[in-house]
Amino acid sequence: MSTTTGSFQQRSDVAIQDKKLRANFLSAMDGLMEKRDLAFDDKTQLEALRILGAQVRQNALVKLPELLVELETKLTQRGVQVHWAQTPDEAVDIIQSITLKEKAQKIIKGKSMVSEEIHLNDKMEQVGVTCLESDLGEYIVQLAKETPSHIVMPAIHKNTAEIADLLHEKTGIERKEDALYMTEQARQQLRKNFMEADIGLSGVNFAVAETGTLCLVENEGNGRLTTTVPKTHIAIMGIEKVVEKLEDTAPLLSLLTRSATGQPITTYFNMISGPRKENELDGPETVHLVLLDHGRTQMYQDDELLDTLRCIRCAACMNHCPVYTRIGGHAYGFTYPGPIGKILMPHLEGLDDTQSLPTASSLCGACAEVCPVKIPIPDLLVRLREEANHPNPQDSYIKGAGIKRHGMEPVLWSMWRWWHQRGTRYHIMTSMLTKLHFLQPSKLAPWTNKRTLPKMAKKSFHQQMKARTDRLKKGALR
Amino acid sequence: MNARQAILDKLQQSSLKRIGDGDVIPDRPGFQVMQRERKSNAQLSQQFENMMAKVKGEVIRVPQEELESRLNAIIEAKAIKTLLLSPESPYKASFSGLLDEVRIYDKAIESWKEALFNDIDAAITSTLGGIAETGTLVLWPSVSEPRLMSLVPPIHIAILYESQMQPTFWHFMHHHNWSEGMPTNALLISGPSKTADIEQTLAYGVHGPKELVIVLVEE
Repeated sequence: MSTTTGSFQQRSDVAIQDKKLRANFLSAMDGLMEKRDLAFDDKTQLEALRILGAQVRQNALVKLPELLVELETKLTQRGVQVHWAQTPDEAVDIIQSITLKEKAQKIIKGKSMVSEEIHLNDKMEQVGVTCLESDLGEYIVQLAKETPSHIVMPAIHKNTAEIADLLHEKTGIERKEDALYMTEQARQQLRKNFMEADIGLSGVNFAVAETGTLCLVENEGNGRLTTTVPKTHIAIMGIEKVVEKLEDTAPLLSLLTRSATGQPITTYFNMISGPRKENELDGPETVHLVLLDHGRTQMYQDDELLDTLRCIRCAACMNHCPVYTRIGGHAYGFTYPGPIGKILMPHLEGLDDTQSLPTASSLCGACAEVCPVKIPIPDLLVRLREEANHPNPQDSYIKGAGIKRHGMEPVLWSMWRWWHQRGTRYHIMTSMLTKLHFLQPSKLAPWTNKRTLPKMAKKSFHQQMKARTDRLKKGALR
Repeated sequence: MNARQAILDKLQQSSLKRIGDGDVIPDRPGFQVMQRERKSNAQLSQQFENMMAKVKGEVIRVPQEELESRLNAIIEAKAIKTLLLSPESPYKASFSGLLDEVRIYDKAIESWKEALFNDIDAAITSTLGGIAETGTLVLWPSVSEPRLMSLVPPIHIAILYESQMQPTFWHFMHHHNWSEGMPTNALLISGPSKTADIEQTLAYGVHGPKELVIVLVEE
């Protein structure tokens, strides 16, 4: 489901001309890139750690079905109720029925991109249940009736002045362009809600099969309150988030926080292995885990696409992406923006709806260079471009394959190939093109909307070289 | 059960090289990169203190025999009036002169949620140990020290023994054999709660404690 209207081209065109938005993203991304660089001062160690991170994730994916069953068994033994959902609708149904059973009116939420993926807040609103975001960035985005523009820093598209306006208008606090003041006000506003909420809903950063442990990474403490104070905790995660052993979380945590925000570690690393035991005095009485597929089994179908599932959602790829920095997260129009979104969303929503995403890249490779688990993002973008032009979509398991293959394009390319297959054909073609250079159209929309069209040379490169060689032989040049 | 079976079937039927060939599943990856040079406890605790200072964690070094008197001094300096303690805390009696009230966390949260959120200034908890490289406290909340003690009161005072320091999280979990079994909740805490969600401006004390005081006991 696209989150904004119009095509990607239209949205990015608007975004790129929004000076304030561009300034907000440019300064934020510059800051995040610098912080990451400082956090990894030893580049040799960084490389060794990235290799381990990639191996740990790859190891978990290779054993994925077995590890999911082990996770389910361990969690069930510890009293956690495990649910499986193939689609966003199934996940929403599961959460709605838990809500109904608990007679819950109000859900307090920790940050969860999977809950954004299934558009949970809107779906719960439809059955009369309020979802309140408690992460400060998510709270701001929710008050503005927007979606996150970044997967780690949801409100990064807004500057302090815009947030001061928003909080003043929506919550009635004094308008002060002071981050400390606004943070304190948000604390006061949300505290009551932590006490009153019937259900706390969170995401999961890593799920450990070995011990049956759900790990959450955060700085604010809202994640801990969300998973501790209400009497029911619902965690939701994509099926790829599982790791085999507890020790696997150590390198991943170190890579995640440093890649994301340049922190050696976040304030809290919260490891949950079950509901409150009989004589314990706090913690939820019931814990549910919802495991969501939503296109992930499609990525699991071959060794190349599998790499997409290694992602630990640090957002370093978007922080370093020249396209993301210029257009921001909303222009992409889907839950996950930036390079990771471009290789993920086609599987979640189908290539038919997301066909512009794999082409919205110059393939500069910055994303792959910083990825903590070494996902070859440019290779995957090229693969998805090929899939979008698949000649026999029925042979592809990617939803929407072949969507871009239409009209004269395949014919033109096969002609192109034919002309290039033999030297003689090639020379005939180039000499024809140079002779007919005056027929070249002056506009080639949309290419020439923003660029000057290069002019065809009057003589081909081969002709020019031949003439030069002839002159040299005659001794004209010394 | 349908969704479960459908997901597992799709994973099992994938044409990944793993399928039908047990040899392709690799052994466990090597963790050599997590190894560290051996350091003394004093070096580790110094590293811990430096890292904690960077995230506004207040480290106070205390000799074992002065622990009680120094806790008194902290309570006085921070003007703490209502203090939350574990029922097993050895200090239940010793602070009473300074405080308006000592609350003991001895009943389920549901019966006194409002008071916990509104009336408590500070809580004292123990820790399982510390992690030097990241400046991190390790807590295993329990029946006598429930989870919310280290989260809801605005000031969290944590007692850490210098001898319980490990170089990294990876060393810590192996030293304590965590893979054998985890408690319902285990925590790594590195500083007071914070956010940078408003234009990357760092603000401390968002939803969790505003201050974290680590009493580092030298033995």
